[in-house]
Amino acid sequence: MATTTTEHAAEGASAGMPQLDFSTFPNQIFWLLVTLVIIYIVMSRVALPRIGGVLANRKGTITSDLRAAEELKQKALEAERAYNDALVKARADAAKIVADAKIDIQKDLDKAIAKADAEIAAKTVEAGKALDEIRAGAAEAIATVAKDTAKELVAALGGSADARSITSAVTARLKG
Amino acid sequence: MAGEAEHSEGGLAFHPLQQFEIHRLFGEGPIEWYTPTNISLWMAFAVLAIVAVFVFGSSSKSLIPTRMQSIGELAYDFVHNMVEDVAGHDGAKYFPMIMTLFLFILFANMLGLIPGSFTPTTHIAVTAILGFGVFVFVTLLGFYKHGFHFLGLFWMSDAPLILRPIIAVIEVISYFVRPVSHSIRLAGNIMAGHAVMKVFAAFAPMILISTIGIVVTPVSILAITAIYALEVLVAFIQAYVFTILTCVYLKDALHPGH
Repeated sequence: MATTTTEHAAEGASAGMPQLDFSTFPNQIFWLLVTLVIIYIVMSRVALPRIGGVLANRKGTITSDLRAAEELKQKALEAERAYNDALVKARADAAKIVADAKIDIQKDLDKAIAKADAEIAAKTVEAGKALDEIRAGAAEAIATVAKDTAKELVAALGGSADARSITSAVTARLKG
Repeated sequence: MAGEAEHSEGGLAFHPLQQFEIHRLFGEGPIEWYTPTNISLWMAFAVLAIVAVFVFGSSSKSLIPTRMQSIGELAYDFVHNMVEDVAGHDGAKYFPMIMTLFLFILFANMLGLIPGSFTPTTHIAVTAILGFGVFVFVTLLGFYKHGFHFLGLFWMSDAPLILRPIIAVIEVISYFVRPVSHSIRLAGNIMAGHAVMKVFAAFAPMILISTIGIVVTPVSILAITAIYALEVLVAFIQAYVFTILTCVYLKDALHPGH
C-alpha cells in the first residue's frame, strides 16, 4: 500500500495532485479547526459527561443491586434457619404436650377407677346389710307363722296347750 | 501506471485522483479560506453524525442503553481505557481532546467510504494539522510540566555513557519525525485505498468495450468488494493508530523518564 501511495504521489505532483494544491490549504485548515472546536465543545460539555454519568450510574446501580441481593439472600437463609428452629421447637413442644396429656389422663383414670371401686365397695356393704335385715325379718316371720300354725293345729286336733310350751317346742324345731 | 496505457487504447476513464479535488459548494470563483467547500461539507457531516450518535443517541440516559447509546458507551470505554492504559491516570484529563481526535478521524474515514463522498482525512493539510497539532501540544505540555527535565526524554541514563550522545541525537531526530509519520500515515493509507478502489472501478466497464472484459470485469468487481472490506478495517485501524500514538506521545510528555 505504501508503494502505491508514493507512485500516486509522484504521479499526482506532476499532474496536479489535489493534496498538494497549496491554494486550498487555508480553506482546509480553517474548516478543520472549526470542526475540531465544535466536536471538542460537544464532547467535553455534553456527550462525555453524560455518557460518563450514565456509566458511573450503572456501575453504582449494579453494585448496590448486588449488595441488596446478598443481603436478601442472608435474610432468606436466616429466615430458613429460624423456620427450622421453630419447627424443631414445635415438635419438641408437641411431644411434651402429648406426654403431659397422657400422664394427666392416666391420673384422672386412676382417680376415677379408685372412686368407682370405693363406691362399689360401699354399695356392696349396704346391699349386704339390707340382705341381712331381709333375712332376719324373714326368719322372724317364719317363727311367728310356725307358732300360730302350731297353735291352730293343736287346737284343731283337740289338744290344748299353753302358749309358752308351744313356742319353746317350735323354737326348738326351727333350730333343729 | 497501467491506467495511462489503457486510457489511450480503449474508452476507459482513469482519474483516480479526481475524487480528492476540492471545489466550491456554491457558485464560481477562487477558494478563499472561508469558502464553504466539499471538504467543509463532509466535515460538517462528520460533526452531525457524531452529534447524532453521542448527543441524541444518549439523550435518554437510560440505565439499560438503547442501541445508539451503547455505541456511544462502547466508544467512550474504548478511548477512555486506551488513555488510562497508555498515558496513565493523569492522562485522563486530556480524554476529551483525544476522544475528539478519534471520533473526527473515525467518522471522516467511515463517511468517506460512502460511494461518491469526500474524505477529509485523505488530505495532507488536514492530517498535518492534526499530527503537528498533537506534536506542538505534547511538546509544550512536556516543557510546562517538567521544564528542562523534559529533555531527559532524549538522555538514556541507563545506556553506557559513551553511547548516550549518539542515542540522544537519534532520539531527537525520531522525535521530530514523529509528527511527519503521524500525519502521512493516516492520509497515505486512506488515500491509497480510495485511489486503488477508483482504479478497479475504472476497469469494471471493460466488458462494454472489449471481449477481454468477460474476465476483467468480474475480477475488478470482486477486487472492489475485497478492497472495500479492507478499507472498512483500515478506516477503523487508522483512527485507532492515530489515537494510540497520540496517547503514547502524551505519556512521554507526562512521564518523560524512561
